[in-house]
Amino acid sequence: MIYFDLLIGFLKVGLFVFGGGYGAIPLIRDVVLSYGWIGDEMLTYMIAVSESSPGSIMVNLATYVGSAQAGFWGALIATTAVALPSFIIVLRLMLLLNRLLKNPYAQAVLQGLKPCIISSFCTAVTFPQTIIWFFRMLRSAASVTCTSPAVPAPGRMASSLRRCRII
Amino acid sequence: MNILLDLFLTFAKIGLFTFGGGYAMISLIENACVERKRWITHDDMMNITVIAESTPGPIAISCATFVGYRQKRLAGAVAATIGVILPSFGVIFLISMGFDRFLEIAWIAHAFMGIRIAVGILILDAAVRMIRKMQKKPVPLAIMAGSFHAMLLADILAQRVSSIALMLIAAVISLAVFRMKGHAGKAGESG
Repeated sequence: MIYFDLLIGFLKVGLFVFGGGYGAIPLIRDVVLSYGWIGDEMLTYMIAVSESSPGSIMVNLATYVGSAQAGFWGALIATTAVALPSFIIVLRLMLLLNRLLKNPYAQAVLQGLKPCIISSFCTAVTFPQTIIWFFRMLRSAASVTCTSPAVPAPGRMASSLRRCRII
Repeated sequence: MNILLDLFLTFAKIGLFTFGGGYAMISLIENACVERKRWITHDDMMNITVIAESTPGPIAISCATFVGYRQKRLAGAVAATIGVILPSFGVIFLISMGFDRFLEIAWIAHAFMGIRIAVGILILDAAVRMIRKMQKKPVPLAIMAGSFHAMLLADILAQRVSSIALMLIAAVISLAVFRMKGHAGKAGESG
């Protein structure tokens, strides 16, 4: 049954993708192709849409594939399945974590890991940041021109820019 | 305001304004949870980042569960997680309903053909980044070359090789190498 397949398929994705983001895409492609749900071409469209929408790529793809296969309930089941392993694992970790963090060895390890995380974060963040800046620029450009409905003539553009206190 | 509602709304806002997922979300969470709401400290934030990267699944879920649990245990974790998923669920679900008809418009279909190329490049870019970050030691390199060739062969021969199986094999190999090195070290010390 499709609901069961969606559940198992996306449980696998949620359980075996480390590091999030694009790492999920090969595994999702694997699952989708193996069940024969969606072709490569349509999958690429879905990836494009999932990337341009808010939220994490993995969750968005799960929602999209679930919805394409089995409507609202399919989307719900797939999304829950993809989130569930991570949710449960982090909860389990939290129970251990309080004890773990007090351990001096664990403290030492974390101290060493922190600079690594910072540097990897810096390199990883530059790409999504450029996308975010691009959207911010688009948004500010739109809000400037939107104060006058028609294509602004130079005079109206200047007055709307003045109103937005850019000039 | 009820703390559960607060968690839900805060994470809904975070989920709504993160484009591109993952690391971009971490800076939003830092802003909302550490600086404005003071739910967690900067130290906690670093711990969350480590945890989120080491655990499977979306980074958003790991972070939301962590912060939610800190505030109100299981109920908080559930509230925050549902909050972070809900906006994107709604958006994607709506898009998925209309997308086929959307694609019937000629110029949109053509635009998406171009977008497909961009998606391919983005994925390639992510792969290049990961390769750069990877340690250039013999075992990881060998595993990378081996799995790449395995998947290439699988594509050419039109067989299906499960990514999960490849990952598990790689894990077993690196574990075995680690243990062999351990044994060699011990032999050197005692011999």
